[in-house]
Order: sequence, then C-alpha cells, then structure tokens
Amino acid sequence: MESEGESERQKSGPHREGDSLIEMQGVNKHFGLLHVLRDIDLSVGAKEKLVVIGPSGSGKSTLIRCMNLLERPSSGKVIINGVEITAPKAPVAKVRQSMAMVFQQFNLYPHKTVLENLTLAPILIKGVAKAEADENGMAYLERVGLQNKAHAYPSQLSGGQQQRVAIARALNMRPEIMLFDEPTSALDPEMIQEVLDVMVDLAHGGITMVVVTHEMGFARQVADRVIFMDEGEILEAGPPEHFFSNPSHERTKLFLSRILR
Amino acid sequence: MVGPFALFKWEALWRDWPVFAKGFGDTILASVLALVLALTLGIIFGVMGSAPWKIAKFINRIYVEVIQNTPLVIQVFFLFNGLPHLGIMMPVLSIGVVGVGVYHGAYIAEVVRAGIQSIHRGQIEAAFSQGFSFTEAMRYVILPQAARVVLPPLTNQAVSLVKNTSVLALIAGGDLMYYADSWSSDNLYYGPAYVTVAVLYLALCFPLASLARYLERRAGAAV
Repeated sequence: MESEGESERQKSGPHREGDSLIEMQGVNKHFGLLHVLRDIDLSVGAKEKLVVIGPSGSGKSTLIRCMNLLERPSSGKVIINGVEITAPKAPVAKVRQSMAMVFQQFNLYPHKTVLENLTLAPILIKGVAKAEADENGMAYLERVGLQNKAHAYPSQLSGGQQQRVAIARALNMRPEIMLFDEPTSALDPEMIQEVLDVMVDLAHGGITMVVVTHEMGFARQVADRVIFMDEGEILEAGPPEHFFSNPSHERTKLFLSRILR
Repeated sequence: MVGPFALFKWEALWRDWPVFAKGFGDTILASVLALVLALTLGIIFGVMGSAPWKIAKFINRIYVEVIQNTPLVIQVFFLFNGLPHLGIMMPVLSIGVVGVGVYHGAYIAEVVRAGIQSIHRGQIEAAFSQGFSFTEAMRYVILPQAARVVLPPLTNQAVSLVKNTSVLALIAGGDLMYYADSWSSDNLYYGPAYVTVAVLYLALCFPLASLARYLERRAGAAV
C-alpha cells in the first residue's frame, strides 16, 4: 500500500518530501445532489501544520471529516500513514486511534468527569492501565491549565475550558495527527484566545496538525502551508507569507478582503 | 338474595389467603423475569434499530412491527399451543415470562431507539474519532446518556408489563389473576376476589407509576 501512494505524491509539505502522513487522492463527496468535494488531491507531510480556510459551505469541514472517515468519500482514496482507510475492511478504528479530532462543539462526554473524558478511550481502546492513563491525563490537563478541574463535569466548565479539555482528551490518545474542525467557532470572543494559545503551544511540538479555522492570525503564526477552499475545490495552497500578501486567485483575494479588515 | 360483596365471602377469602399470596408471589416473579427479558431484548433491538447496518435495522423493524401489531393474547396462545409441537415443553409460568417479555421487549426497543436518537450526533462522532467501534461507542458513551432519557418511559413500560402478566390467567398460568379466577369459580365469590386482585395490582403498579412521574419531572427540570 505504501508504494501505491508513492506515485501520486504532489503538493507535499515543506518539511520532508515523500514523508506524507495524510494522502487524499481524487476524493469526491456528494450529499444528495450537492457536490461538496471535487476531485481533491492533497498530501500532508509528517509534522506539517496545515491550515484550511475558506467561506462557509466551501467543503473544508467535509474535507477534514473525510480524513478520519467521519464522512466516507463518495469516490477516491484516503491513505493515512500508508494505510488506505477507504478500502473495504480497512482497520478504520485502529487508524483513528492515531489521529485525534477536536470538534467545533467540543463533544465532551457529559456523563463523565473531565479526567474520565481523558482516560476513557486510552483505557478501553488502547489498553493503557488506569493509573498510567490518570497520570498522563493529569499531565495533559496541566498543560492546558485545567488540572484543578479534573473532577468537575463538562457542564460546569466554560466553553473555552471545555475546548481545552477536548484538546487534552485528544492528546491523551498520544496521536500522531491532530485534526481541528473549527475549534474556536462556537466560542465567545473572550474565550477564543485561551484555546488558540494551547494550539500554538501544541504546534511548537512535533505533532502533525490539520486545522480548519477562520482565525487568520493563528494561520499566519503557525501554518507551514495554508490552503484556500471554495465550492469544494482547493483553489490555492502555499506558505502563509505568500498566501496572505500575494494571493493569485480572485476568489482568494475577495475572501481575504472580507475577512481581514 | 345475598349481595356480591357479602361479609361471609370476604371471610372465606381471608381464610384462603395463601391462595392469593401464592398468585401474588408468582405474578411478581413472572414480572421481574419478564422485565429482565424485555430489557435485554429492548436494548439489543433498540441498538440494532439505530445501527448503521441495513440488515440490523431490517431485523429490528420486523420484530417491532410484528409484535406491536398483533395482540399479546394471540402471542401467548401461540407459545402455549405452538411450542409443544416443536418439542419444546415449558412450565406455563415460563411461557408467560417469554410471551410478556418478548411483547414488551418490542416496546422497549422503540423507547431505547428514541433515546439513542435523542443523544447529539457529536457524541458518537467523538467516540468514533477516538477509535471506538459502534458497539463500544453504544456501550460506553451513548447508552449511559440515553439511560437518563429513557428511564421515565421505561418505568411506564414496567407498569404495563406487570398488568399484562394477567393474560397468563387465560392459559392457566398460575399468576395472581389465574388463582383469583379459579378460586372464585369454585365458590362463586367473584366480588371480593376481583376487588382484592385489583388492589394487589394497584399496590404493585401505583408506586412504579409514581416513580415514572417523579423521574419525568426530574428529567424535565434537568433540561
């Protein structure tokens, strides 16, 4: 399966050519009559920080949700770390353990405490011993500044705190890839920064990140590459300095002029 | 002409109280066992009804539609008269347990399915994204949350189930209704027998129904 991806390598990340962790080949997605993703070819390199921007309805959430198969592509291949997860009987659940996702609506488990949210999957799915999972979980809670909330329930936390817990929950799976699907879009303005701070801190570590966001400051600060999507296509891709100062596509310019004021 | 509720008839009933006690005990036993069966079937088929697999959904529909759209009496008669032809001999109380359990299992399956569907889609997506399988996600993430939602309607099902064990009387099932009926057809003291039976069912069901109302209020307050 490794060799299959080899020939299609293009648009590789700036880190290391030919070391692609996420590979999408000719991916299409239809929702009924809507053609949401059109022939997407994309490859994300190991340790790359990829930021996906675009107007709402452009398909960027569908794109990231196709990476862990929360949406199954109508056609095309998705290859994660050499494993084609779109193949019949692919070990999807196994692959998902190595790629954590952070959602717009946090999606913490409301019937579990904060610490239990972090340890549930490591204990049940990865077979980590409870004591070890607890210890790691506490360390990640400390990293997002919420160790004192370990025994609270998600409903007792603010939106920003819940999202930081969700990031800690993702980290406690020790993933290679982190997918962020508009992680700050559901937050009150004063809580956005605390979440972005955590994400910037993460980006300085070695993890591979794909981030769908409207936060242009974040994109400038951490992205190795920014891609702009519109109407289900990747219109433009490039390093942020090029992307923001010198976009080549009219629609990119229009979008940026609306969003950067 | 003596009235249907003449004092001596009550005295006779009081003398024969072990008959009613036996029936009461058997009704409780049958209810508990049938409830365990109904819950088990209800959870399994309720989960199947919300599964992403067409076959599982199809089996769920067949079970629910066939059981909900035929009378319980016919189902129990079918078990009582049909099973021996298949070489399956069961004590009559077990037939009641199976009949009533399977019947209410179909209703509980619908309650469970509705409960699962009331949980926000993001919950199962979060579980999937962490590598849970569908069954694991149901067991550890969805069902514990759905349990709070379905507890009130589930308790209402338990009330119906207790009352419906009385169909056992039709197949000489050894339940409370059967003993009351057979005792009073010997001596024709129907009045006291039926009143007593009704009071005993009320004693079982009223607390359950009150519990359901309490749970509903609490669930309502929590929203």
